[in-house]
Amino acid sequence: MSAVEDVVTEAPAVEAVPKRAMTLGFGTSLVMLALLLLVPLFVKNFIIFQLTMLLIYGLAVLALNILTGGSGQFSLGQSAFYAVGAYTSAILMEHADMNYALTLPIAGIICFAFGFLFGQPALRLSGVYLALATFALATAMPQLLKLGFFEHWTGGVQGLVVTKPDAPFGLPMSQDMWLYYFTLAITVGIYVASVNLLRSRSGRAFMAIRDNEIAASAMGVDVALYKTLAFGVSAGITGVAGGLGAIAVQFVAPDGYTITLAISLFLGMVVGGVGWLPGSIVGSAFIIFVPNIAEGISKGLSGAVFGVLLFLVIFLVPHGARQVAMVAQQLIGKLKK
Amino acid sequence: MLTTANRLAVASVALTLLTVSSSGALAQKKYDTGATDTEIKIGNIMPYSGPASAYGIIGKTEAAYFKKINDAGGINGRKINFISYDDAYSPPKTVEQARKLVESDEVLFIFNSLGTPPNSAIHKYMNSKKVPQLFVATGATKWNDPKEFPWTMGWQPNYQSETQIYAKYILKNKPDAKIAVLYQNDDYGKDYLKGLKDGLGAKAASMIVAEESFETSEPTVDNHIVKLKATNADVFINISTPKFAAQAIKKIAEIGWKPMHFLNNVSASVGSVIKPAGYENAQDIISAAYLKDVSDKQWDNDPGMKEFYAFMAKDFPEGDKLDGGTVTGYGVAQTLVQVLKQCGDNLTRENVMKQAASLKDFRTEVLLPGIKINTGPADFAPISSLQLMKFKGQQWELFGEVISADVGG
Repeated sequence: MSAVEDVVTEAPAVEAVPKRAMTLGFGTSLVMLALLLLVPLFVKNFIIFQLTMLLIYGLAVLALNILTGGSGQFSLGQSAFYAVGAYTSAILMEHADMNYALTLPIAGIICFAFGFLFGQPALRLSGVYLALATFALATAMPQLLKLGFFEHWTGGVQGLVVTKPDAPFGLPMSQDMWLYYFTLAITVGIYVASVNLLRSRSGRAFMAIRDNEIAASAMGVDVALYKTLAFGVSAGITGVAGGLGAIAVQFVAPDGYTITLAISLFLGMVVGGVGWLPGSIVGSAFIIFVPNIAEGISKGLSGAVFGVLLFLVIFLVPHGARQVAMVAQQLIGKLKK
Repeated sequence: MLTTANRLAVASVALTLLTVSSSGALAQKKYDTGATDTEIKIGNIMPYSGPASAYGIIGKTEAAYFKKINDAGGINGRKINFISYDDAYSPPKTVEQARKLVESDEVLFIFNSLGTPPNSAIHKYMNSKKVPQLFVATGATKWNDPKEFPWTMGWQPNYQSETQIYAKYILKNKPDAKIAVLYQNDDYGKDYLKGLKDGLGAKAASMIVAEESFETSEPTVDNHIVKLKATNADVFINISTPKFAAQAIKKIAEIGWKPMHFLNNVSASVGSVIKPAGYENAQDIISAAYLKDVSDKQWDNDPGMKEFYAFMAKDFPEGDKLDGGTVTGYGVAQTLVQVLKQCGDNLTRENVMKQAASLKDFRTEVLLPGIKINTGPADFAPISSLQLMKFKGQQWELFGEVISADVGG
């Protein structure tokens, strides 16, 4: 067996995460939720908008986390699912005059189907090869969106402008604040559902596949079904995130969904801690705020500064936010004694 | 010693004087968010990183130019605070940065944000917030739409004006032309094509014998050129970005097709298009320009360009003056300074737009002689004239008069 094959067939690169360690404690979760609920009341609209984006990218990272951290499959193609979700919402809102809230489940379902179908051929691939196949999807997507054939709906390169919804029932809230709470509600819902999914029978099947495919199939897990299912669920959540993103940004254009986005999401997952769901929000914060910090340090070298910061994070805390959280937990534990 | 009554009288007189003078000052000085007695805050968004990062030089040139203005005392005593952010040419990031500029940094307006997709993303936002989106750095025609979008204005000649000018030239000099068009399949290519058809008017259908579009993902446009040659067209209109433009020029020479060749201004660079395509293949190609070309010897002793060289040497020595972006950045920054001078002490957003829409025969000396910047309440296209030029030897030679074509979005 050659060295290359060795690498590929070796144990999965994602290390086993016990399912308990995939979530936060109940108390910590409540504190986080209270924080997320209260902060917008004290900050400017612009910050609220950034927080909304934080939640949206957080969802997309969470979706990738289920796929990679849960079932052990890599994807560099999340930007494609994100784009499909965004365009689905935008097209339904602008061409079919549909309510924005209704477009999200549709975006989710379409992306689920898309991801599930893509998962079928992807079954034959694993590791770096799967990453490459999804990479192809991400590179193809912006160009597909520009195709003259779809232009009537997608607006071609010009993209589509989306109208931002007002707060319903005459609530005395700015559009940004309403959208934030709307996004928060969806995010919390999806987060809870994901946690439950990973604790369920299906979740255990995902993790069994991640840890050892052969053993999993020997135990009676339908490997093919669960692998594609993981792809579908991940794509579906990413699609909802994409739809929310389109509403928050009020604009969709092919250039917004390039491979850079897919890599950002991947990066967010690694920084947040692979397989640790709460880390998704930390990872999302990293991909939103760190480029701004890097730009503040040096305009001309923002990319290089970002690289250095990323390197430091990976070097010092290779398991990302999860590692930091564990160390903090141990410290608190010691203090209690 | 003053009595109490006297003191009171003096005090009241002083008070009255104070109120009179301050109300007088209030009448003269008007400010919106972002402007004060000492400062004007201007926002800018540029792709300093990402696929279009080559254009980042425009933002850097502008920053250097405003620094020069500040060092010389500012505009009407106010210093320019130029806040420029990176959006990596990604529309969602542009929205974030624009909102940061407007809502967090509280700038008076956003100036010269770059690129059609990024500017499209914030078009509606800026107009609903009533914050000027001034002199955007893109040639799309839709920026000239004062009725629907009274807070957005372009600067450079729009794509449609340029092909309209070619159309005028063709109708005059080659009325029986058979035209073949090669265009890039995106908003930029389609904008150009529309200008050409509008310019030809009723004759467009009969004169244009072939239209070929290509995707930027294609490695080469050679097969399209061969196809177009087969139509026996005698005029070729080349609407493509530098890499493809060079391929087309080369292929046309290779297969021995000799049409009258129009090359869009986007790809008129000698360094990045003509030279790689080969000077001998590019003879007699026609294009159009509005800025003086830094590599063109004829401007070496031009006073306007000398001023530009002096600026580059003293205030922006790290910039490459051969990069067209520096000339553009310099010219557009000068135009903005003129607008702000006209605003005087009335620095409201409304007045900024009003003054930007009342530029009369303004010239920055990097524009070709005879090209003037004119705007009006219904004309949001600052530069709308170009001059034709023909490639001779190793450089462009300007010919004919400055031709203007105003097109609205």
